[in-house]
Amino acid sequence: MSQSSMNGGWETVIGLEVHVQLATESKIFSASSTRTGDEPNRNASLIDLGMPGTLPVVNREAIRHAIRFGLAVGAEIGRRSVFERKNYFYPDLPKGYQTTQLAEPIVGPGVVDIELAPKGNEGGQGEKKSVRIHHAHLEEDAGKSLHEDFHGMTGIDLNRAGTPLIEIVSEPDMSNSEEAVAFARKLHSIVTSLGICDGDMSQGNMRFDVNISVRRPGQPLGIRTETKNLNSFRFMEKAIALEVARQIDVLEDGGEIVQETRLYNADTHTARSMRTKEDANDYRYFPCPDLLPVLVSEEEIAALKDALPELPDVRKARFINDYQLSGYDADLLSGSVATARYFETATAASGDAKLTANWVMGELTARLNAEDLGIEHSPVSAAQLGQLIQRLQDGTLSSKIAKQVFEACWNGEGDPDRIIEAKGLKQMNDSGELEKIVDQVIANNPAQVEDYRGSDDAKRKKKIGFFVGQIMKATQGKANPQQVNQLLQQKLQ
Amino acid sequence: MAIDTRVVARAAHLARLQVDDNESAELCGRLNDILAMVDQLQQADVDGVAPLAHPLEVHQPLREDRVREPDVRDKVLPNAPASEDGCFLVPRVID
Repeated sequence: MSQSSMNGGWETVIGLEVHVQLATESKIFSASSTRTGDEPNRNASLIDLGMPGTLPVVNREAIRHAIRFGLAVGAEIGRRSVFERKNYFYPDLPKGYQTTQLAEPIVGPGVVDIELAPKGNEGGQGEKKSVRIHHAHLEEDAGKSLHEDFHGMTGIDLNRAGTPLIEIVSEPDMSNSEEAVAFARKLHSIVTSLGICDGDMSQGNMRFDVNISVRRPGQPLGIRTETKNLNSFRFMEKAIALEVARQIDVLEDGGEIVQETRLYNADTHTARSMRTKEDANDYRYFPCPDLLPVLVSEEEIAALKDALPELPDVRKARFINDYQLSGYDADLLSGSVATARYFETATAASGDAKLTANWVMGELTARLNAEDLGIEHSPVSAAQLGQLIQRLQDGTLSSKIAKQVFEACWNGEGDPDRIIEAKGLKQMNDSGELEKIVDQVIANNPAQVEDYRGSDDAKRKKKIGFFVGQIMKATQGKANPQQVNQLLQQKLQ
Repeated sequence: MAIDTRVVARAAHLARLQVDDNESAELCGRLNDILAMVDQLQQADVDGVAPLAHPLEVHQPLREDRVREPDVRDKVLPNAPASEDGCFLVPRVID
């Protein structure tokens, strides 16, 4: 048991239910578009609207995506799976039931391996753990209820209704928020690598329900609560910490945990109970009479298995091997397909994997985060970053100027080579020209020179900074700092 | 299991149906008749028979993933009791 999962003698037990929107063109049971961002109800067909007399027809690609996921986590694929009706009333579910799977899901038990961030120094090995998948089933998404802008009424937009989902249900194998987030990230990485989900968390492409309970070590599982609909890794981490602390407080005060659904509010970092009447959760499942059992052939499974794209673990191993990256760097760069693709394209252009890795994880990531952009929307393309790093490598640019060029490139001023040319940013490697400037700075500052010469070695090291600064100013930062230092030390002897 | 008015009230609530006392008494009788028939079915010997999700020995035909549904919004929205900005309007729901 790791330290972080123990909390004043309490052990935390976490299981996840993850809703993944499948990246199909059309919906799971109707041929309307799954596109987002359209006007309300433009993509809601008679089937999605739950009109009487309509019949669902299953989208083959949704089935195939679910199978791809199952294969990626080593799960048994349900050769025969059955859709059922889960009955409940809510305005964004016009049929009065959600078509889902229960007793015979498409994906059976599987396993996802996670690795935690290394403790202490980067580059170390993180703790490894396996999280078991209980099963994953296919179902349809609901529409959206809009509570604002309708003067006391609720607006219903059914464009999302019928978007295919897989719900992935884990075993309660995680014992702290770090593990839960690592598992969630790994799932994100798997489904985006497979190309079965766009993975845009802000659009709700992946949504997490977290089941949490606490217990004394060795005791049976405690009563759990479910915190629903978390759509960011950061919120998930915070919501778990909040709920664990709440449960421990209740128990230590002699109270009891009530099994309930809770809703986390990221703005206020609070959660509240959504407890409704007990019987509201009586879903009265039964096999959907409108849909026949779905059969999957051995040939189809074999074909999908053969065509599986590179999965995150394989890619990570390849990054360590091919690019000599540390496990930690390889993990960060291989986790998301978009980041991996960017890194590989940039490295091909720069010819230096380690330096490219540093730029992607450092400058680029910081800038993307600051503007809340995904790497696929980076204003600096992978080829441009590669070119910039090449110029850094061949001595055209100092690292300081490189950042300036990066900035200009970010602002759309063109390719690095063009920016370097247009702004005259080439590093001054000509020692003759630099020497003249050094001489001039020394001649212009006799008092500082005298002061420097009268100082001991320790103080000289600090005082040389004044001259370096003056020279950098005179050369607009283009001087090679090593050359400047060498020249100054010679001339100030 | 015998159905009494309490069970009818609960089932009616789950189905969002309004059932008055007279109807409830009548429904009790009819539902109990149905359950009696189910009891009779349960006498059948089904040892060695696999559970069935569908009575037909056929399986689900699948559809290619192509968008081909017309936009019906402007036809269906006017049928709603209230709508605005392309949305159906319902009494405020927040859970």
